[in-house]
Amino acid sequence: MNQINVLTKGFIKENPILVLVLGTCPTLATTSSSMNGMGMGIATTFVLVGSNVVISMLADLIPDKVRIPAFVVIIASFVTIVDLLMQAYVPGLYDKLGIFIPLIVVNCIVLGRAEAFASKNSVFSSMLDGLGMGLGFTMALGVLGAFREIVGSGSIFGFKFIPGDGILIFILAPGAFIALGYLIALINKIKKA
Amino acid sequence: MEYILIIISAVFINNVVLAQFLGICPFLGVSNKVETALGMTGAVTFVIVLATMVTYLVQTYVLDKLGIAFMQTITFILVIAALVQMVEIILKKVSKSLYQALGIFLPLITTNCAVLGVAILVIKKDYNLIQGVVFGASTAIGFGLALVILAGIREQLELADIPKGMKGVPISLIIAGILAMAFMGFTGIVK
Repeated sequence: MNQINVLTKGFIKENPILVLVLGTCPTLATTSSSMNGMGMGIATTFVLVGSNVVISMLADLIPDKVRIPAFVVIIASFVTIVDLLMQAYVPGLYDKLGIFIPLIVVNCIVLGRAEAFASKNSVFSSMLDGLGMGLGFTMALGVLGAFREIVGSGSIFGFKFIPGDGILIFILAPGAFIALGYLIALINKIKKA
Repeated sequence: MEYILIIISAVFINNVVLAQFLGICPFLGVSNKVETALGMTGAVTFVIVLATMVTYLVQTYVLDKLGIAFMQTITFILVIAALVQMVEIILKKVSKSLYQALGIFLPLITTNCAVLGVAILVIKKDYNLIQGVVFGASTAIGFGLALVILAGIREQLELADIPKGMKGVPISLIIAGILAMAFMGFTGIVK
């Protein structure tokens, strides 16, 4: 597989959220605005790239039987780094994302890529894979967040361009489920056509 | 009274799946049949209660004592993974029938964010041990409630004529959205 393919397959063809339906918890929880969605996406991308690189480097050293716990420890270390960095430099965003920053550890995408890709491929292509998957994740979160923010409060990235209140339900919990449901249905439709 | 508030709040108002978005993966994954949904609920309840207890003790007596609270994420995930493994081994030895009922769900639970989520929330909310366990158990009941309701609806949906692109995950998400709307009606029962 050539390198560009490795990078871009996460964008649409194997998009972690819209096609593989992994990591739905943070997707639903943090997309109440486009800003939060993107922030979560970037944090996850950092963890994905870091853990993919380290795991592909150590893959030969880790005994097969304990590989999952070993992967989890590596991922958890990167999550702790992100957690502390965000607490220090973007405290506002950190408060909004709250519990979902430590929960990147149990995001199926991260462990999924470690197991399916990084443990079998070279360091460089693992990095590209992490970056591609992370960007695909960020894009899906950004789109969903933007949609919910536009419909729910008539603004985007905090900039209000539709006067009035908007459809409040789309910022609240039910809107997250419904918006993601229709987004996946749309992707299914496009893929089949 | 305080415990009743915690229970009602965790089961209905801040339902773990429908309001807090924790544990969505198993929520979508094993909600095809009511029977499997019940099995998953049993396994999750068991692990959440155990995990809350152990992580609470680890946090108070190890991490806080040594001043290494920043190790929380790594420690908790390892504790949960070890716990799940242990439960699996013990069940296999002690109760074959229970193992067969819960067995397949156990490995999935390590990556169920509800377990780690509850463990972290208990620490964040400054609960004591008993409050934490009550909170954990009622969260698991809330998870089960949402899971069983969705499974029940999905069993009926098998007979319905759904557009092709909507089948599977999308329709489940939309149903979950409508359920979440229904659960919003509980807001305001307790503060």
